[in-house]
Amino acid sequence: MQPINTFQAKAVALPIENIDTDQIIPARYLKVTDKNGLGEALFTDWRGEPDFVLNQPYAQGAGVLIAGHNFGCGSSREHAPWALQGFGFQAVISTYFADIFKGNSLKNGLLPIVVDAPTLARLTEQCLANQTIDVSVDLANQQVHVAGETISFPIDAFSKHCLLHGVDQLGYIQAQEAAIQAYETNHAARVNTVGA
Amino acid sequence: MAKTLFEKIWDAHVVQAADAESPATLYIDLHLVHEVTSPQAFTMLRERGLTVRRPAQTLATMDHSTPTTPRGADGIIPVTDEIARKQLNQLIQNCSDFGIPLYNLGTENQGIVHVIGPEQGYTQPGMTIVCGDSHTSTHGAFGALAFGIGTSEVGHVLATQCLLQQKPQTAEIRIDGTLRAGVTAKDIILAIIAKIGVGGGTGYVLEYTGSAIRALTMEERMTICNMSIEGGARAGLIAPDETTFAWLKDRPHTPKGEAWDAAVEYWRTLPSDEGATYDLQVVLNADELAPMITYGTNPGMGIPVTGNVPAPSDLADDSQRMALDKALNYMGLQPNQPLIGQKVDVVFLGSCTNSRISDLRAAAKLLDGKKVADGLRMLVVPGSQQVKRQAEAEGLDQIFRAAGAEWREAGCSMCIAMNGDQLQPGQYAVSTSNRNFEGRQGKGGRTFLASPLTAAATAINGHIVDVREIL
Repeated sequence: MQPINTFQAKAVALPIENIDTDQIIPARYLKVTDKNGLGEALFTDWRGEPDFVLNQPYAQGAGVLIAGHNFGCGSSREHAPWALQGFGFQAVISTYFADIFKGNSLKNGLLPIVVDAPTLARLTEQCLANQTIDVSVDLANQQVHVAGETISFPIDAFSKHCLLHGVDQLGYIQAQEAAIQAYETNHAARVNTVGA
Repeated sequence: MAKTLFEKIWDAHVVQAADAESPATLYIDLHLVHEVTSPQAFTMLRERGLTVRRPAQTLATMDHSTPTTPRGADGIIPVTDEIARKQLNQLIQNCSDFGIPLYNLGTENQGIVHVIGPEQGYTQPGMTIVCGDSHTSTHGAFGALAFGIGTSEVGHVLATQCLLQQKPQTAEIRIDGTLRAGVTAKDIILAIIAKIGVGGGTGYVLEYTGSAIRALTMEERMTICNMSIEGGARAGLIAPDETTFAWLKDRPHTPKGEAWDAAVEYWRTLPSDEGATYDLQVVLNADELAPMITYGTNPGMGIPVTGNVPAPSDLADDSQRMALDKALNYMGLQPNQPLIGQKVDVVFLGSCTNSRISDLRAAAKLLDGKKVADGLRMLVVPGSQQVKRQAEAEGLDQIFRAAGAEWREAGCSMCIAMNGDQLQPGQYAVSTSNRNFEGRQGKGGRTFLASPLTAAATAINGHIVDVREIL
């Protein structure tokens, strides 16, 4: 994973709450065996509507999505962050994110930015009034600079460290080999699917 | 210190404890794999030259992109979708290359991943179980900590048998009382999600407690835990008890003899201790529950079947009002209209929520000697090849066929609509599955989630009915 720290991007608003992963990328696009081309299918059913935000010329090149509450609920498909990134998004702003989606996003360098409800409402309003707003994200300081204000956002220390330094989480687990071996020595396997 | 069931399982699986900078490393007892969320993980293993650490704690099946159309004269289930075929072949190759046992399409134990794990006895109390599928929460019915993971994490577990996890909070969902006739486990969980909302469980592991939960069969408990994710919770748990042990005993892969006795002795230590505390408590009364049905485009949009669709104008919150307005527009429903009498085009009986033998029996009992309404299509899709064989041995397939329903091969089918089984744009379905999101069952399709009883009663009448009136 490439490290991320600061980036500037154009934000667009999609003020719908509980946007589920079936909207982000419908299941019929999950028959792939790689991660390629998913950006083209991002929100594909909603993009059938001409006035959908991502169909507008001003949305092209957008890097931040300002969404409604509870973004990414539903399935565990990591294709959802892959599709968002494939379209060009680097961050999503919401009041909260579904657990699996958030974990998947952080592992891919798509930043879930949590803000409180009044802040989300204010950002959404500004964005809708101007079609887009310019956003500057400073991960090290956990801040978003937008429309003259500075908004702080939370992120767990480990995810932040991994994003800032491009730390590979699998490598991090592999470095605990001694502890894993010790656990396996002290705990017999509970199942045997191979000897069956 | 008094511990919850969740805390006991968590503590027993910590490989490296969390600290201020890092999450805990958790050991995974059982990793279930299917064709859709695993290919990129195996690719990662190959790119890094890694092996699967514990193939014997890993089990693969095919379910999501598999067709459920009847077998040909050659006994083979035809895969006509070339992209799906490629994905299925990729799973065969990956399992072969990495030594993972696979229940291949149409073989005797193949089926929906959350049906086969328990069926084979791999799912056991006190275990940690993961799968690249959000409905992994199903296995929590046995008192196992089971949750869905993304494909990156599938790779982590394949390579290390471990996951990095932030410790979730705990919530007790207490349901006391007695279910009335016609009210099922599906109605309990739909009522819970209607109460807490689709995001209400975010960050929590739910433990379902109370006399109404104790009275449920294992298959009913699976239905409840299955939909924990629809309330935003990654996992749902029910403490193991005599019902659990009786269901598991003599399954193909449960411990036998003295090992069984030792296992049960351990499992009896798992239920939450007296005085254990939760971060949140939600209480429902089973006596007050009615058959539930959804009217909108997320599983939290549910009402008693006799209720009326809510009106956006009654909502003060802008965001909620817009969401409801959007949902009713998609569903083609009017504010304040009843759902009883709503015409339905398709009834789907299946999915990891409601495709087990007891679900099929309940529906067959209502359909016995009856006909599916003219013009209505009913699909009955057993959750596994084993469920299918059992149903056929009991003659349930004959009841469904005689009623005019389609009797299909095992798989996820119309729950996920990526395998050829799907709604046409604009069609209405009553579905025993778990998600009514826009397009979930086919682009433009409109889903009412309900129990197998409500589904069967609707199939007979051609429109939504209160099943209590025909029992």
